[in-house]
Parts: sequence; C-alpha cells; structure tokens
Amino acid sequence: MLTKRIIPCLDIRDGRVVKGVNFDGLRDIEDPVELAKFYNESGADELVFYDITASFEKRPLFADVLRRVAECIFIPLTVGGGIYAVEDFDRVLKAGADKVSVNSGAIRHPELIEAAAKKYGSQCVVLSMDVKRVDGKFRVFAKGGREDTGLDALEWVVYGVEHGAGEIVLNSIDTDGVRDGFDLEMLQAVTELVQVPVIASGGAGKMEDFAELFRLPGVDAGLAASIFHLREVDIHDLKRYLLAQGVPMRV
Amino acid sequence: MSYTAIIDYGVGNLFSLSSSLRFIGSEAVVTGDRDVIRRADRIILPGVGAFGDAADKLRATGLVPVLNEEVAAGKPLMGICLGMQMLFEKSYEFGEHEGLGYIGGSVCPMEPDLAAMGDARKIPHMGWNDLSVRHPECPILKYTPNGAFVYFVHSFYAKDCDSAIMADANYGVTVPAVVANGNVYGCQFHPEKSGQVGLAILRAFTELGGNA
Repeated sequence: MLTKRIIPCLDIRDGRVVKGVNFDGLRDIEDPVELAKFYNESGADELVFYDITASFEKRPLFADVLRRVAECIFIPLTVGGGIYAVEDFDRVLKAGADKVSVNSGAIRHPELIEAAAKKYGSQCVVLSMDVKRVDGKFRVFAKGGREDTGLDALEWVVYGVEHGAGEIVLNSIDTDGVRDGFDLEMLQAVTELVQVPVIASGGAGKMEDFAELFRLPGVDAGLAASIFHLREVDIHDLKRYLLAQGVPMRV
Repeated sequence: MSYTAIIDYGVGNLFSLSSSLRFIGSEAVVTGDRDVIRRADRIILPGVGAFGDAADKLRATGLVPVLNEEVAAGKPLMGICLGMQMLFEKSYEFGEHEGLGYIGGSVCPMEPDLAAMGDARKIPHMGWNDLSVRHPECPILKYTPNGAFVYFVHSFYAKDCDSAIMADANYGVTVPAVVANGNVYGCQFHPEKSGQVGLAILRAFTELGGNA
C-alpha cells in the first residue's frame, strides 16, 4: 500500500541550515549534511531543501551542500528557492536533486512550468504555492509570502497541473507559524481540483495535527520545519503514532 | 578491478545512482563506451522520461548490439525504472515501441486499467510502497525482507510477465516491482532512492558477475 509521506524542510543560507535548529545530539547543528543524515535515520520519507541565499555569488555553496547530501543520503531530495529558469533546474538536478520546486519563479514566468516538464518530466516539477485568504478568496502570494500577486490560488493550481506540474506543495500563510494544525479547508479545496500528489505545509504543531491532516483523502504528505528542528516531534515517533491511527506509513 | 557499467545514453540523472554504488563500496563507471561496457562485471541500464524517446536515444548510441552480446554471454544486467521497462518486448506508451526483448511481456499505461475497475487513484504511482516478495531466492532480493518499502515514480507498468515477477507492489493493479529472467533483472522503483532497502538490492546486484 502506498504510504503517506512525512517531509522535513531545511532552509539553507550560504550553505548552512537556518531557522531555530535545536539539536543536542549533533556535532554541528548548522551542517545540512549532519541534519539530513539525522532525518534520514529518523525515517523521513523525503527531504526538502530551500535555498534562501540572498546573494547570487554564494549560490554555488548551495549546490555543494546538495552534492554532499546526495552522496550519502538515498531518499528523494526536493530543492526550491532561486529557481527562475530551466538553467536553474539543470544546476540543482546535476547536484543531486530529484525534484525541483518552483514558486515565485513560476509566478513571474508561468511558461517555466511547461518548459521544465517537457525537458525533465512532470515527476520532477513541483509547484509550490504560498496562499492566504483575501476577501474570502484564496490568493497566491510571492516573495516568501510578502507580495499579493492577485492570482486566484485555485485557478493557479489548475493552470500549473495542466502545464505539467507533477506535485503541489500548498503552504497556507494563514496557518503557518500558528502551530494549531494544517489548513484543512484550503487543502480540501485544492485536492478536489487536482489529481497530482499534494503536500501540505504550514501549521503543524503536534502529532495530532498530522492525524487530522491525513483524514483528508487527497493529501499525500505533510511537510514541516520547526517542530522537527526543535525536536518537539520526533519523526520516528510520529510515524509510529500515525500507523497506530490507521494511516499507512513506512516504518 | 571489479566494476559496474552504468549506461549513459543521455537520459536522466545518474549522479544518485553512481553515488549509491560508491556508497556501498562498489566501483561504478558511467559510460557510453562499448569497450568499458564489455570489460564491466555487470551493467545497469537506467532511464527516466518517455519510452519512445529513451529507446531511440539508446539505439542511436549503437550500444544495443553490445548489450545483446553481453546479456547472451551471461553478464548480469539490471534495468531501473524506465530502464526496467525497456527490457520487455514492447511498450504502448504513446504509440507502440520495440523494447530490448530480454523479458517477455509489454509495458502499458496504468490509468485505463484502474479506470476499468472504477479506481480513481492518482497517477503517477509516486511514493513509498511495500514489496510482496514472491521469490526470495532471487539473487538481487537476497537481503530484502517481504514488506520492505521502496520508492516508485511511474505511470506505466509491465504486463503479461507473470513468470518473471520476483516481487510486486499493489497500487490497485499488481505492479511488477522486481522482475528477472536469467541474468537480466529489473526494478520498477528507484533502488538509489529507496534508503537502506534500495542499497541492499544494489549490494546484492553488485555481488553478481565477474569476480565479485
């Protein structure tokens, strides 16, 4: 039986992990390779790396991180951040990524989705979207959630899938950081419209939130950062708990 | 020195595959050179993308006769994902295409077969699914317990190959996951992306052939 996936997300700046990582067991808590190894051993089903490096000159550091991770960790790796052109896909795929997620880059250049899907296959193209309620509608935001694009999220997700996106990451700005559960209403609206896997992001605060999430049949995976980084939830424990709740899990 | 030749024919990303072999301490050479392939102890045929396009690219390299000779001589060959699908006789992925014909059977889309059963699950079959091992004596399954999880990404699957199925996975239809015919093996999933389970399958394969 196909399992639901648990995915920790690592933000990388200048080759180092950022965002409140709190690990006693690790030699170097900011080393992406160490943290990736830890999550791999804890049973993560996939890893997501977001490149939040501000300066273009330091971008090669990210490729180096990826390469070092891909040399020792053999589960699917998804990469996002700084993906604005087909050449950016090429850059991270060569460094060991399996899937590439586009967000602001696809909003700016919607034709990027189709161009990348044609070149690398849909299985490789992940459309990541930051969505917030505005006037009772789901609106797509760009630039890490700072800029209202005016795009309707439900129209955008359908456009993305029709043009070759093979997977969706739906991050709810409304629930992100609140740590009181995923945005089930928003997820329901999106999963009803598309037939590709949907990864839920934003709002995980405890194990029960994942159990509730996976009651939505169209959700394939749950993504979170801080609850894993801060060791509030251990992935191994979470998966055992979900399995006991009847959620198919790889344990 | 013992090594595995990973066939490079311009399809897909071979970084993880060669890294995974190195990680388990086995030498791997990514190559399109016929002599390097002839000297190898075993061969891996990788592949992603569309069948027709990949089969055309493989033929254009002129390596098919080399593969035919090596397989006939008994050298172990393993196809992965689309590389596994190319081991069969035919594919019906957007038209009809000839495969390498090392294993009897054909490759067909999953969607119509699921739809015929009223099953609307998502295509591609993507994610971790568990293996039902039918033939634990299959050499590449030497270290793989029944129920082990592996990572799949595919929309087409092999059919009419029952006697070649060493392990399968259930996704509404029965997905041939590990197939074998003599010295020819295939994995529909990605062993290089399937954690410890995948590494163990690769290790078992690298113990075959030559003086390994």
